[in-house]
Amino acid sequence: MKLSRKFLSDYIDLDVDTKQLADDMTSIGNEYDSCSKLIPATNLVIGEVLECLPHPDSDHLHVCKVNVGKEILQIVCGAPNVRKGLKVIVALVGAELPDGTIKKGMIRGQESSGMLCAMSELGLEHKFLKEEDFTGIHELPQDAPIGEDPISYLKLDDEVIDFELTSNRGDLLSILGMAYEIGALYDKKVKDIDLSFQENKEDIHTQFSLDIQTENCPLFLVKKVKNVTIKESPDFIKNRLIASGIRPINNVVDISNYVMLETGQPLHYYDSNRLGNKIIVRMAHENETLTTLDEQKRILSNQDIVIATEKEAVGLAGVMGGLTTEIEEDTKDIIIESAIFHPTLIRKTSKKILRSEASTRFEKGLDPKRTYMAILRSCHLLEKYADATIVGGMIEYNHMDISEKQIPITLDKINQVLGITLDKKTVLDIFKRLGFSVEDKDSLLVTVPTRRTDISILEDLIEEVGRIYGIDNIQGKQMILPVVPGTVNKNNRMIRNKLAMLGLNETLSYALIPEMDAKKYTTDQFDIIKVLDPMSEDRNTLRHSLIPSLVSIYEYNKARGHKDICIYEIGKSFGKVEDQYQEANHLAILMTGTYTLGLHPKKVDFYILKGILEELLDYLGYQNRYRLQVQDLPNELHPGQSASILLNDTKIGIMGKIHPSIVKDDIYVLEIDLDQLFSFRTKNMQYKEISKFPGITKDVAFVVNKKVSASDLMKEIKKEGGKLLKDISIFDVYEGDKIGDDERSIAFSLVFEDATRTLNEEEVMEIFNRIIVVVENKLMARVRDK
Amino acid sequence: MNEKIKSIKEELTTDIKNTHSMKEVADLKVKYLGKKGLVTELTSNMKELSIEERKEVGKLSNEIRTHVTEELATIEKKLELEELNQKLEKDTIDISLPSDKIKRGSRHPFNRIIEDIEDFFVSMGYDVVDGPEIETDENCFQRLNVPLGHPARDAQDTFYIDSEYLLRTQTSSVQARTMQKNQEKTPIRMICPGKVYRRDDDATHSHQFGQVEGLVIDKNVSLADLKGTLELFAKKMLGENTKVRFRPSFFPFTEPSVEVDVSCFKCGGKGCSLCKQTGWIEVLGAGMVHPNVLRMGGYDPEVWTGFAFGTGLDRFAMFRYAIPDIRYLYTNDIRFLEQFDRKDEENEIK
Repeated sequence: MKLSRKFLSDYIDLDVDTKQLADDMTSIGNEYDSCSKLIPATNLVIGEVLECLPHPDSDHLHVCKVNVGKEILQIVCGAPNVRKGLKVIVALVGAELPDGTIKKGMIRGQESSGMLCAMSELGLEHKFLKEEDFTGIHELPQDAPIGEDPISYLKLDDEVIDFELTSNRGDLLSILGMAYEIGALYDKKVKDIDLSFQENKEDIHTQFSLDIQTENCPLFLVKKVKNVTIKESPDFIKNRLIASGIRPINNVVDISNYVMLETGQPLHYYDSNRLGNKIIVRMAHENETLTTLDEQKRILSNQDIVIATEKEAVGLAGVMGGLTTEIEEDTKDIIIESAIFHPTLIRKTSKKILRSEASTRFEKGLDPKRTYMAILRSCHLLEKYADATIVGGMIEYNHMDISEKQIPITLDKINQVLGITLDKKTVLDIFKRLGFSVEDKDSLLVTVPTRRTDISILEDLIEEVGRIYGIDNIQGKQMILPVVPGTVNKNNRMIRNKLAMLGLNETLSYALIPEMDAKKYTTDQFDIIKVLDPMSEDRNTLRHSLIPSLVSIYEYNKARGHKDICIYEIGKSFGKVEDQYQEANHLAILMTGTYTLGLHPKKVDFYILKGILEELLDYLGYQNRYRLQVQDLPNELHPGQSASILLNDTKIGIMGKIHPSIVKDDIYVLEIDLDQLFSFRTKNMQYKEISKFPGITKDVAFVVNKKVSASDLMKEIKKEGGKLLKDISIFDVYEGDKIGDDERSIAFSLVFEDATRTLNEEEVMEIFNRIIVVVENKLMARVRDK
Repeated sequence: MNEKIKSIKEELTTDIKNTHSMKEVADLKVKYLGKKGLVTELTSNMKELSIEERKEVGKLSNEIRTHVTEELATIEKKLELEELNQKLEKDTIDISLPSDKIKRGSRHPFNRIIEDIEDFFVSMGYDVVDGPEIETDENCFQRLNVPLGHPARDAQDTFYIDSEYLLRTQTSSVQARTMQKNQEKTPIRMICPGKVYRRDDDATHSHQFGQVEGLVIDKNVSLADLKGTLELFAKKMLGENTKVRFRPSFFPFTEPSVEVDVSCFKCGGKGCSLCKQTGWIEVLGAGMVHPNVLRMGGYDPEVWTGFAFGTGLDRFAMFRYAIPDIRYLYTNDIRFLEQFDRKDEENEIK
């Protein structure tokens, strides 16, 4: 809402400067976007061209002598319409114009001290300018006073505050609404609006009829005026429209806009002869068409309200009039419509078809009293500035409750909610300033004027008191509440801390991904979830696996020359299962290139990622409860270098190398369902007694067929080792020409220990030898270099 | 006898002068003090001497033994020190050579901010509550006093996934959930940080971003309590000297509603490019829970009052780490991520 200071001054006397007004309005909840002069150019004066000679070195420039009052300046001018005797707008040396500062200079050898201005050079929005405002300098009337400020002379010396209003304050989309608000702010009275006019002896009821066929139009008023003269509006109307951001057209159209700006009630004027003698208000038929004022053919639905004749729709209610009945140069008689339509329907229609100044106001809800006021104000101005004759009487269709709301409230309640202690006098004074009347009985009974459509409950009144008292004057209190410990789930933090310590970087990516990626890197059974109205095809589906996001991040960084990428992310995984939307926290890891932890950088492989998995799960308390299994793997993983991750024999995730058909680089990924992981409880750690007796370590390397896995060997060793075998570790794996092609050697280190006594060599050797025999027999192994 | 002793002393002096290693010292020990050493030999014929002579020889030989022992100990010590110094010299390294790198990883700034906010509110007795990102229209809008067709929906252009479900546009949806879930209708103190989604994407908006919502419901909660709470919060997150300003505003789910500004932490309120010369930065929306919202959550507005507040997490991350563009948070350039590998200072924004 652009507020013209001059326009506002019609209804309230102001003694603060405009910037202060804008700041004060902000403090009561009405923020502004900008506060500026309508014409920001400075150092302008009215001058007269005394002499205008062709420039000796140019075929289009002129060298002018210009009288600016105090002195006579030589100014070089290139405008085609510059000539002797013209009254012009002169930008003096030092003038700040939107395109820069005017400096004294030489133009092709001729001194020039200033500039003669076109309207387009002063900073007015282009939509308000005519063609000649661009092609030539502005020609002022002959009686323009030399040396004076041309902006004041043209009555364009206005200031404009552009407010960004909250959606509940539709009442402030009017000069009058603003005047009431500012009146409450500064405790000033709002001046009356002039609604006076003469009516002729005719009665509109004999000439015109109204048929409201929908309940979505609760209030509709019609008046008729005759014999208008269509011409240019007076300067004050034009300038106020311009300051308010509306382009002047002619006096009649301008008056309808002017009244809308004053009262907040949009009006529509129909050419009476083109309209006929009846208006019907109804819902549009499905696929009915209407050509609107902007010459666009609109296709309507049964959710749009239309104004119609018996024959056809002539206007889209609340949004825009139709082309067939518009006011034209030859219009004589006018039918004026002032009405209220269902706000939600107007909002839907305007969202679909066009946002207009009118629809913006209709969709916020209007004050029915203003509907009456606006139509009368229209008649007043049309009589005064368009020579209209006003036909007697008004057609009224009113199914609206126009009574004022009464809300009971107590002083205690106000003070309790705001947390302050105001006395009754202060509160009553605030209501008075707002124009609310109060009956002071047991409680306060506050009557709210109909213009404040936003106020309906006592909390709204409390806000009003807080606003006008100054909400920032409320002092913050330290709450006193019972001591209750707060709670927070720290699982994800522990994962982040651990992975950060392991040298991985956390990412944050979008949950919406392309549909084609949504089923990748998972074997879970689910239906994808798409958004109905995506911003782009790249972001139309909710991700199930987080790995596609990490792969995109890898690609982004690789394109920038980074090869070593070790990243992880915790985020929600989405999917539809048996018609239920489901989401779960997932952890995903991607590693490629070189991994550096400790002294030696190493190329990332399956075992590094496995180490990270184990370190993480052990840290989280799941030692010895998980294992890897080569089954149920997504197609995107290398079949020989990937595995499912099982915890207590339940699959909680997958890990492995990305299939070489997808990327050539060696990229390893992992994903775990954290909700599933944490559904397995862990016990608090407990100290285990350290053996006071030394253990005995024995090493052995087995040569076995490659198909026998390390875990198979481990299992047999463990079984045979019994409870004295405290620890098994693998310290070497060998494949090569010293053993068979299909063989591999795995070297184990076995630690035997008893917490209650020192073991002797003989008993350990006995177990050790037994292990060797069993492994050799069961797994067709042999001991290497025996 | 004296002659012999004198000649031993002279010989010792010459020997020590020519001694340059521990091995030579050991040889000298044998030469003088060994079983057949020069000093030992002095007393080899004791049996043949008179008692007086024995005393005399004994005394003199003891003296020379002590002398030799001390002289050898001195040279031994000296040589030991020399050898140690040589070893130190030999072992000296160039400390300016580069280290063996131990790479740290990082935590994303978005989550670092969440953790800080959580810690602050947990310390004040709030519960941190999680809610689903796929929400019902009812929880996201209707139970927050935004019925179908309400203009406030326009400001939050929504990703619907069907006629009933949507991606939550605000963490306020968790307010509605928390109130319903609390069957006993006891007081509530909670925050809910998380991701939210809106159909909006430009330099200052991302279609996915973070919010944290706070809700307190109790008897006699006031706007002054809200201000006190947010003052503490702002001081914790943005620095001890931060001031808080309330401006009236409008949200459908609170009444009265306020916008909350904090004094600019960059210029201290004097005015700079960050605060657009105003000295203040808008960071939160807040207010007293609307009676309709309380009622729909099963709390009688005659008995209970409450306040709620919501703020964007991304902006706090951008403030704290001076990140100029919200999109950097979601681009995941490894050079960006790797920077967040160290601890935070308390109240880093100053």
